[in-house]
Amino acid sequence: MSKCLKVSVAALVIATPALAEGTFGLGREALPEEIAAWDVDIRPDGQGLPEGRGDVWTGEEVFAEQCAACHGDFAEGVDNWPVLAGGFDTLGDKDPVKTVGSYWPHLSTVWDYVHRSMPFGAAQTLTDDEVYAITAYILYSNDLVDEDFELSHENFADVEMYNSDGFIVDDRAETEYSIWRAEPCMENCKDDVEITMRASVLDVTPDEGGDEEEAAAEPETPAQAAPIEVAAAPDPALVAEGERVFRQCKSCHQIGEGARNRTGPQLTGIMDSGIGAVEGFRYSKVFTDAAEAGHVWDEATMTEFLARPRDAMKGTRMSFNGLRDEDDIAAVIAYLRSFDGPS
Amino acid sequence: MDDAIKAPSRRAFLRGSAASVVGVAGASAAAAGQPDPLITELQDWATGLGDGVDATPYGLPIEYEKDVVRRNVEWLTADTISSINFTPIHALDGTITPQGCAFERHHSGAIELRKEDYRLMINGLVDRPLVFTYADLERFPRENHVYFCECAANTGMEWAGAQLNGVQFTHGMIHNMEYSGVPLRMLLEEAGLDTAGDLADKWVFVEGADASSNGRSIPMEKALDDVLVAFKANGEALRKEHGYPVRLVVPGWEGNMWVKWLRRVEVMDGPVESREETSKYTDVLEDGTARKWTWVMDAKSVITSPSPQSPITHGHGPLVITGLAWSGHGKITRVDISKDGGITWETARLGKQGDTKALTRFYLDTQWNGEDWLLQARAMDETGYVQPTKAQLREMRGENSIYHNNCIQTWHVTPNGEAENVEVS
Repeated sequence: MSKCLKVSVAALVIATPALAEGTFGLGREALPEEIAAWDVDIRPDGQGLPEGRGDVWTGEEVFAEQCAACHGDFAEGVDNWPVLAGGFDTLGDKDPVKTVGSYWPHLSTVWDYVHRSMPFGAAQTLTDDEVYAITAYILYSNDLVDEDFELSHENFADVEMYNSDGFIVDDRAETEYSIWRAEPCMENCKDDVEITMRASVLDVTPDEGGDEEEAAAEPETPAQAAPIEVAAAPDPALVAEGERVFRQCKSCHQIGEGARNRTGPQLTGIMDSGIGAVEGFRYSKVFTDAAEAGHVWDEATMTEFLARPRDAMKGTRMSFNGLRDEDDIAAVIAYLRSFDGPS
Repeated sequence: MDDAIKAPSRRAFLRGSAASVVGVAGASAAAAGQPDPLITELQDWATGLGDGVDATPYGLPIEYEKDVVRRNVEWLTADTISSINFTPIHALDGTITPQGCAFERHHSGAIELRKEDYRLMINGLVDRPLVFTYADLERFPRENHVYFCECAANTGMEWAGAQLNGVQFTHGMIHNMEYSGVPLRMLLEEAGLDTAGDLADKWVFVEGADASSNGRSIPMEKALDDVLVAFKANGEALRKEHGYPVRLVVPGWEGNMWVKWLRRVEVMDGPVESREETSKYTDVLEDGTARKWTWVMDAKSVITSPSPQSPITHGHGPLVITGLAWSGHGKITRVDISKDGGITWETARLGKQGDTKALTRFYLDTQWNGEDWLLQARAMDETGYVQPTKAQLREMRGENSIYHNNCIQTWHVTPNGEAENVEVS
């Protein structure tokens, strides 16, 4: 009897662990594998790094494939995307160039960020060794290591960053607040005032969009809407799914009203149009060849291209690896088609 | 929509804008001696019927306000997925920013995360690493607070000179909402901080569930002070673009630290020195060294009307000058306004007593008779800090800091009532 009682008391203790004082007993214990999955931060001293290694040459290959579309083959940056290399000793200039080489104080930041957030649109798809290799290549492109350098968890802490001493902790309290916490002037605060610069001279302000009065006076007749061929109308659910999948493409491709060529060509009306024929876009050779041959983006060619871009168009600069799921490909094509018609 | 109601209102709009042109010239429709047909003629809206309930189950602003929207500056960033847009503060009044027009800043796009799929992990130097569901969070005691959230880069394009001609673009990386949520302190205490030992040199690292994760390190002192794990804003669920279902609120500190889609809080014995706190959100000084950990947003104010996007259209006589003031150090205690570019100042009226680390609305009820004005506002907070001029900031920091530009802004109001972003000596 008493033994039985003991057992049930023990069971009760297991069922409701004793609450620490002042807590609510909410949430559950995080399991080690859950913590391992999410706790991936790397500290400046290398704490948190997994075992692994990668050399500059491997890094160059992976970088060309995974990173160069935005950051350039030599980490010099394409369009407005970040420059990763160079810019040494420019931080005190009128236009400082802040790169991994010239500005970043810790190598751990590079590994941590590439590992958790890159490539843009396909985060956390790189292996640990690929991250080591890319990090080694970025160091090399900044002339911080030799071409035969291999980065690993063992030599990570030995790498010295160029601007590691370039930062001070916020000192506004001492340098600024002491001066600017003062009774302000109310009268005769200066002798005269002149306008020294006007924003309208630069004219970089975005348009407010449309003349309001005209827009309001415009008769809203539904008849003016573009005629829609009911038979060709795509499945809205499929188009919506395609829009979701297309997010992976959006970092390089624009589509729809006002779409412009960016890293990749704009894609409005791309289906059933000529391959390599988007006006104003500088194509790689494989595309200009296809354009000369008069090839067209039909269902089959687009499906093949989206599945394995670099196999379908050998030599394309598009770094995207392709869509594995056939349903995703069909959805993206439906989405692309939804922007067909007069443009 | 009922066309019968729409059509006459369009005419009214045109009449209205014609009246305002006359107004600038110093007259008004009534003064012309003609009876106002808006009064003397039976209007459709006064005889017909409007929309029934449920016409719009979740209401949107009326079509006449359709230009009061967030806008972005395309040349600022490579694309819109990692980018920012701006709150239309020129067209708002009071202090609360409606969620639908509150600025957005994403590093890898606004993700869609269901409450059911939401998990928050507390780990690191804690007694019991924990995982909370969304439902768990709702069972902690809750608090409500109004706070401003300002991007550290707000006004960042103006360091080298007057550049963007609109207060939305110069100062619109800010919003101010009432948050409902659980103090981070409670969640940390739930996990237990005995393991952490002396808390004075401890930090928390906070990160989001999106691909950027936007990790930031926050000193434990702040984490235990007023940081909020928020799931409602202005009474309703957070919007997707503001971190639905859960975001961090870090009162008075730069917006980048207000991690959206908050998924993990790790107690640590030092900062991570993540991308967002080294390569970005550090402030390069004139000699090329950079300040780091510049978390607090110093006192700042700006006149929202009149301003380039909100010119004077009503002619001479009474004019309301209005704007916003805020400080990451606490309450706004005073705002002064100058009409002559900073030679003389008069003290504005605060809409209501300033709340700590929240927007304060100010007004100057004055007269304008077509004068040329160089309009400025200057905020003071409860620490006695006085908002500096751009010249003072440049002298201290140079022109390359990008972040934390809290300078006094100047609008040149011309005799036709228009305003332009200018710099003055």
